[in-house]
Amino acid sequence: MAFVVPKETYNGKVCEVEIGTGPRAVKIGGENTLPFLAFEGSVPNKPAIAYEIQDVPPDDWPQTLQDVYKDVSADPVKWAKYCQDELGAQMIALRLIGTHPDRQNRSAEDAAKTVKDVLAAINVPLIILGSNNAEKDAQVLKSACDAASGRNCLVGKAQEANYKTVVASAMASGHKLIAMSDLDVNLAKQLNILITQMGFDKDKIVTDPMSSALGYGIEYTYSVMERIRSAALFQNDQTMAPPMVNDVGMYVWKVKETMAPEADQPSWGPVADRGIGWEATTAMGFLMAGSDLLIMRHPKAVDTVVKMIDGLV
Amino acid sequence: MALSGVEIFKHLPKTNCKKCGHPTCLAFAMKLAAKQATLDACPDASEEAKAFLGAASEPPIKGITIGAGDKALKVGEETVLFRHEKKFVNPCGFALAIKDTDSDIEAKAKSVSDSEIERVGQKLRVELIAVENASGDPATFAAAVAKAVAAAPSAGIILETENPAAVEAALTHVSSKKPLICGANADNVEAMVNLAKYAGCSLVVRADGIDAVAQLTEKVVGMGFKDIVLDTSARKPKDMVEQYTQIRRAALKKGVKALGFPIISFAVNEDPFVEQALASVAVAKYASVVVLSDISQWKTLGLIALRQNLYTDPQVPMQVSQNIYKVGDAKEDAPLLVTTNFSLTYFIVLGEVENSKVPSWLAVMETEGLSVLTAWAAGKFTAAKIAQYIQESGIEGKISHKELIIPGYVAVLSGALEDKLPGWKITVGPREANALPAFLKNKTAAA
Ligand code: B12
Ligand code: SF4
Repeated sequence: MAFVVPKETYNGKVCEVEIGTGPRAVKIGGENTLPFLAFEGSVPNKPAIAYEIQDVPPDDWPQTLQDVYKDVSADPVKWAKYCQDELGAQMIALRLIGTHPDRQNRSAEDAAKTVKDVLAAINVPLIILGSNNAEKDAQVLKSACDAASGRNCLVGKAQEANYKTVVASAMASGHKLIAMSDLDVNLAKQLNILITQMGFDKDKIVTDPMSSALGYGIEYTYSVMERIRSAALFQNDQTMAPPMVNDVGMYVWKVKETMAPEADQPSWGPVADRGIGWEATTAMGFLMAGSDLLIMRHPKAVDTVVKMIDGLV
Repeated sequence: MALSGVEIFKHLPKTNCKKCGHPTCLAFAMKLAAKQATLDACPDASEEAKAFLGAASEPPIKGITIGAGDKALKVGEETVLFRHEKKFVNPCGFALAIKDTDSDIEAKAKSVSDSEIERVGQKLRVELIAVENASGDPATFAAAVAKAVAAAPSAGIILETENPAAVEAALTHVSSKKPLICGANADNVEAMVNLAKYAGCSLVVRADGIDAVAQLTEKVVGMGFKDIVLDTSARKPKDMVEQYTQIRRAALKKGVKALGFPIISFAVNEDPFVEQALASVAVAKYASVVVLSDISQWKTLGLIALRQNLYTDPQVPMQVSQNIYKVGDAKEDAPLLVTTNFSLTYFIVLGEVENSKVPSWLAVMETEGLSVLTAWAAGKFTAAKIAQYIQESGIEGKISHKELIIPGYVAVLSGALEDKLPGWKITVGPREANALPAFLKNKTAAA
């Protein structure tokens, strides 16, 4: 008996979203099959990876990770160029963490200047991230969007608490938008609906389901992502069709496994390898669940995942 | 494949005699279909009905046990493609590949024995050793297997050779350990099946691609042998994802019997990070045995965490019972901390309090297994509830002070808690538990 390949028929398709301008613009999404099942659909774009940089030195990152960027991280422009030119970054994600009221509380104008300077130095697409303080982000992202006008950035994150202002800013200066909800399929759907009701084009949204690190709830993110993707493909639910982004590094590089020295955890092996492996494994989990864009920190973890993506598509 | 109540009903006596404890045969059939009853409750069921329902109730993916005794590894019996549908059943096993030409067989085998780590209260490890007949010589192979078994008595064994003579030689040392023979191919299938049958072991059926594997397993099943593990020879991530998905679908959704078996995956790569990533793909996408070329501690730690996470029950967060736990030799002046009863939260906090070496009281409050912030957002870890819990817990009789340390993430609760717990001092602890050792040490040094 010859084996008949059991294929699914999908009714929907993930939206394709282009970020950036010029020859190095990047397209994500567009697939009409579950992750990497090219035998029953098409996967026009590989999942992309953005290197995360910050507007202020990353003194809260674990030492092994800080060391990688120690010569450049005092200056976001140098840092961005280093990622683009030396590490071969496909995209850069600039996190304006210094604007957080509990951090340096930098002003929206300061943030706008950083965005401008970074954009002037790079030609790869830029993701602009706030500090995850919903109120402050509303102001910061507005200035940042203006400063980045014409560069077709991906801006976020719009959340339930601040989406109105963030959406309005992204719309006014022609950017793409990250919409993040709290790890829940229905909340993700609802936020997309609210955003499109404001007149924002659904083909310009990227969904952040909210990530959680390996060992710290990755299974919740994994299942929410699988459910979002199933709704888009099987039920052709247009409100669930945006591609998905995972903010990997930010959740990974604060857990104990990426920080504890071997002296404290003798059965865990060297902290440097452990951290890289933790970030790469977390990213692999998200890819298996349908991620289209990963925001990551460690070059060795990025290289590993790039190799895997090349072997998957 | 699952049968409907009506299909089952057709095979019952239809006398409605009630001996099964149900009012009618149809009612009983419905219970059978829902797997809330078993056929032996009906004393009048015919042999034909038993045979029919027996075959139909076989799991669509067969369960396979590798090894013997309480450390044996059971894999297979999976029922879904997506973990949000239902819990994945039997976590995959990890195996370390050792060549019979290696000079450090004992040391490698020992690293398998020593691989156990504790995560969220579970003891987890690399379960298997795959000894490979790289020498091509049966005697060398048998000696290597014997060495590995002696160095790692609790590990399960995979006999990685396609030479029946080598399997036979090795079995003299390990047949009581019920190894997985790896395996049968188109050329050696008769001899391998006979060896596996004779020794009561499970057998990998290997061919190139699903079609060839399915044909070969049909042949093996035709020989009366069913303890099969599949290897489609997929070694690249794309092939792994595609082929394993097709196998799982074919078994679960199309009832293809020839593919209703667990999968073995060789996630081997010279770059250790790529190997870990490749193994992550196998863990997520349906492999039941994952063979690695190296089990450095950092690597297995990540893979074990991934396996544990993906195999948890999506419906119920793992939780611990509400209690005031004594950490170390806590006396009446020891600090008191409060947290929620989500297992992950509890074990992380407990681990850090232990790390601090400061004897403490850890009050774990029932919050339906939600983490600190989730419980707070869901209204289950509020000032009123925490105050009530502390007052009713009886802790006041055990300690000589009235200071409660709360998680940094819920610092906003401190004012309200001081109102609701008159006479108590509320101290806001660090946000992340990994800052607890320094925090607790400082605290006791200051006192
Ligand atoms: C997984 C998750 C869920 C899971 C639940 C998992 C569970 N068993 O709790 C699900 C999907 C069910 C869920 C649901 C909700 N969630 Co939720 N969820 C998360 C997520 C991603 C991870 C939580 C987790 O597991 N953390 C790991 C554990 C170990 O952390 P922890 O308990 O806080 O413990 C740490 C520290 O607090 C500290 N610590 C713990 N105890 C103690 C004690 C002392 C004394 C000290 C000093 C320190 C300390 O140590 C630990 C390690 O550092 C977080 C976001 C995030 N990435 O953190 C959101 C998050 C907690 N969720 C949130 C929300 C709003 C919700 C919902 C209300 C919304 C919704 N989606 O419907 C629901 C409520 C659920 C309900 N029943 O009503 C919000 C809370 C926001 C806020 N600040 O109020 C968060 C922060 C997401 C966000 N918006 O940023 N969630
Ligand atoms: S015992 Fe058997 S025959 Fe009697 S009612 Fe139950 S199912 Fe029907």
